[in-house]
Amino acid sequence: MKTSLRLTMTAASLLALGATAANAQISNDVVRIGVLADMSGIYNDLSGKGAVEAVKMAAEDVGGTVLGKKIDVIFADHLNKPDVGAAKAREWFDTGAVDMINDLANSGVARAVAAVAKEKKRHIIVNGASNMGITNELCSPYAIHYAYDAYSLAHGTGKAVVAAGGKSWFFLTVDFAFGHGLEQQVSDVVRGAQGRVLGAARHPLGTTDFSSYVLQAQASKAEIIGIASTGADAVNAIKAAAEFGATKNQKLAALLLWIEDVHSLGLQTAQGLMLTNAWYWDQNDETRKFAKRFYDRVGKMPNMAQAADYSSTVFYLNAVKEAGTDDPDKVSAKMREMTVSDMFTKNGKVRVDGRFMHDMYLWQVKTPAESKAPWDYLKPVSTIPAEQAFQPLSESKCDLVKK
Amino acid sequence: MEIFGIPHQAFLGQIMLGLVNGAFYAVLSLGLAIIFGLLRVVNFAHGAFFMVGAFIAFLLGRNLGLGYWPAMIAAPMIVGFAGIIFERFAIRRIYGLDPLYGLLLTFGLVLVMEGGFRVAMGSSGHPFPTPQLLRGAWDIGFMMLPVYRGFVILIAVVVCAGTWILIEKTRMGAYLRAATERPDLTQSFGINVPLLLTLTYGVGVGLAGFAGVLAAPIQHVNPSMGSDLVIIVFAIVVIGGLGSVLGSALTGLGLGVIEGLTKVYYSEASTTVVFLVMALVLLLRPAGLFGREEA
Amino acid sequence: MALVYRIGLPLLIAALIAVPFVPQLIYPIFLMKVMCFVLFACAFNLLLGHAGIVSFGHAAFFGSSAYITGYALRDLGLTTEVAILAGVLFSATLGALFGALAIRRQGIYLAMITLALAQLVYFSFLQAPFTGAEDGMQPIPRGKLFGLIDLNDDTNLYFLVLVCTGGGLWLINRIVHSPFGQILRAIREHEPRTRSLGYAVERYKVTAFALSAGLSGLAGSLKCVVFRLASLTDVHWHMSGDVILMTVLGGMNSVFGPAIGAIIISALRHYFDALGAWVTIMVGLVFIFCVLVFRRGVLGELSHYLAVRHPAKEQKNA
Repeated sequence: MKTSLRLTMTAASLLALGATAANAQISNDVVRIGVLADMSGIYNDLSGKGAVEAVKMAAEDVGGTVLGKKIDVIFADHLNKPDVGAAKAREWFDTGAVDMINDLANSGVARAVAAVAKEKKRHIIVNGASNMGITNELCSPYAIHYAYDAYSLAHGTGKAVVAAGGKSWFFLTVDFAFGHGLEQQVSDVVRGAQGRVLGAARHPLGTTDFSSYVLQAQASKAEIIGIASTGADAVNAIKAAAEFGATKNQKLAALLLWIEDVHSLGLQTAQGLMLTNAWYWDQNDETRKFAKRFYDRVGKMPNMAQAADYSSTVFYLNAVKEAGTDDPDKVSAKMREMTVSDMFTKNGKVRVDGRFMHDMYLWQVKTPAESKAPWDYLKPVSTIPAEQAFQPLSESKCDLVKK
Repeated sequence: MEIFGIPHQAFLGQIMLGLVNGAFYAVLSLGLAIIFGLLRVVNFAHGAFFMVGAFIAFLLGRNLGLGYWPAMIAAPMIVGFAGIIFERFAIRRIYGLDPLYGLLLTFGLVLVMEGGFRVAMGSSGHPFPTPQLLRGAWDIGFMMLPVYRGFVILIAVVVCAGTWILIEKTRMGAYLRAATERPDLTQSFGINVPLLLTLTYGVGVGLAGFAGVLAAPIQHVNPSMGSDLVIIVFAIVVIGGLGSVLGSALTGLGLGVIEGLTKVYYSEASTTVVFLVMALVLLLRPAGLFGREEA
Repeated sequence: MALVYRIGLPLLIAALIAVPFVPQLIYPIFLMKVMCFVLFACAFNLLLGHAGIVSFGHAAFFGSSAYITGYALRDLGLTTEVAILAGVLFSATLGALFGALAIRRQGIYLAMITLALAQLVYFSFLQAPFTGAEDGMQPIPRGKLFGLIDLNDDTNLYFLVLVCTGGGLWLINRIVHSPFGQILRAIREHEPRTRSLGYAVERYKVTAFALSAGLSGLAGSLKCVVFRLASLTDVHWHMSGDVILMTVLGGMNSVFGPAIGAIIISALRHYFDALGAWVTIMVGLVFIFCVLVFRRGVLGELSHYLAVRHPAKEQKNA
């Protein structure tokens, strides 16, 4: 018993020591950014190494230091599991001195991490997920939803397809937050235009054999098969639809298609598909310049999330510089005052619910004849102004929004 | 025309797809049943060998330019050989122990193989092209059946029938059956039972590798493609009756169809229905549908 | 051995009490997770080691308790201790049900029935509206213990987990060394003879199932409170495989052997996290090695070694 008492006392003195060390002004003398990405799974191409490189490029472009303190970029793989992602984020905030977490591809992970960020009062910037919860029930002064969301996709691709006459829909939906959210948003748009939703087939993340789902879609006799999934899931669904002859009588609407997806489908299969993206590498000189640098480092063209990873990291670091501290509350206030004008967007601004407001664009996949070079895949259709692209504040369920 | 309120097109189509899945189950459970019958080892690594078969076919094609047909012969042989080595150096040491240890040993092997391929090849899948000869689709009235899937059903039936004939009608098969029932007696007749055990394991996992090659064009080649499959195939072998070779192959096809039917009415439950059937069968008919009650 | 316990135990307890005050040394949340798995593995071993029953469905108890606790905390707004109790009761009941069905068979068939039932439980939670399916159930408030102690404070929570784990282990130790535990071992060694002595074997087995499930549930509930999240990982059959792995690795013929297995596996996964899939390979190799040459498990081999080395001393102390 004596031994344990003495040990407890030693522990108490150690505690005092630890407490003083943790009270230093600029937290831990380092501004550390964690990239929590899918490094190995189905969204690896969309986030993964490219996301880490984009954030590193941002840190370098800011000069490697902010307020005289080193900027450190670390990364981890969330394995597309919310529990893994949340545990990692918690550990980073608790012991890793991480100030901001970026990317967060996968809606389930993003939701779980948003909850941790709110609890721990630290910053996250969501670029790889579309879930509306980030700026609604899970909103906090510390979470920013930067690149795109389900609302903007539905009001881009969804609206365009409905306007072109697609009135009855059947969804092939990936069975987690992302798919459900997207299906729901598009359904609202379809019903708003007097269209009908005939049903949905839910498939698990990472499904490779879509045959039975495609059969269900065929049996529904819907005009449009809405593909509420992305990455490899969407690619496989589109291929299976072609294999089983669904494309003969029905049209496909891929609700979130990435430049990489077009790349792996090939233009022959993908031509004519509509897609909503916030950013495309071949938009103007600035985007091409960034894309070239990115390509030299990663070996492929950046997508909208990776461009947003870069843009949002520069934005965060500038806000730290302006605020003169990495104190989360002060940085948060600063970020809601500043505007962003860079290669990602012009005059972008963070709204009170954490939504980053910028224009979105509707694109169409080129035909093989129109494509002049590798990665030359998209042609612009229209611009969706920020106010129409994102959920109006009046519909927000975020408790930061004063009504 | 409708069947129980479902358009017959969807109904028959799902059953057809169920048959395709059932074909995989049949080939896989066949190997698992042979191994359990003779070695009394629950081979948890069966799904992993399935995955390795697919990967070998993929790598042979990518790195050596070997086509689909040669790969279909080569990949199962390589997998079988790997199995033989594992039997010689590991499984052999645990014969006669509680079956739990066999399960644990092969479970360890699963971790090593899946982890290894994840490190070497990444977790996201690699697409595998359908062989030129089998592209396109047949219009069979109620659905467009891709030629390749039809081929899978056909070849699975051929392989299962071949294995059955091998076991029931040949001298080799007779040894095998004898060794299954009375290993000690068989040994005393001068038959090399340990060798028979080794070969059996090799053939069993070779069949799994073969199923892997078959599945590659349909499923994409990825390290976890066999991971959930293994417990389904387990369930099938248990339903069919542990050790009953024909029983497990038939049960495999049958459960594929049941899965297909479930997809028509309650799609979400399709991966679970196998376990429901297994629980019912085990409680009502403990030795399985085709098995004999053991002493 | 006894000497080791006499000095080691107080030292261990003292060290565990000190941990939350030196977070630089070891991350308290990680340690809480380890404790959950320690409890889980030891609870599982009540069946495997002491009753000789192989269950391949323990994830069902671990996970369902996590979900029930989460539901009680988040949607019903109950206090933490009530929520945990609800989870434990639920999984104990589930365990009794599993047991009643599964013990009609033996060996590998029994294991298969538990697997099948666990898959049905997995499916129920996948489909149930309150679980959030693939997204996991989150965020779950940690709540206040007895409505008084705020568990959002990691130190408070740490001591709750420590006390619960300690209590759980103490209970397991009591069960194993009670007459009930002896009867379980008798059943394991020779079931017909035990039956002929007049013991209602079935009733003992079902009780063992319920106890093991309830304690596994306690571990699941605690994990859910710690991470504020319950997810499908907890009910997936991989979790059932994991707990077998921990138990066999640590040594299933002892009370606390599985604890060592749980610590080793959790530590491997935590500290070599950055190596990604290499960890899986390492765990697999350790496991193969363990089955081939190390069948008594870490603690089993250790006490065997000590017993061979110092047979006299061991006898004197015993």
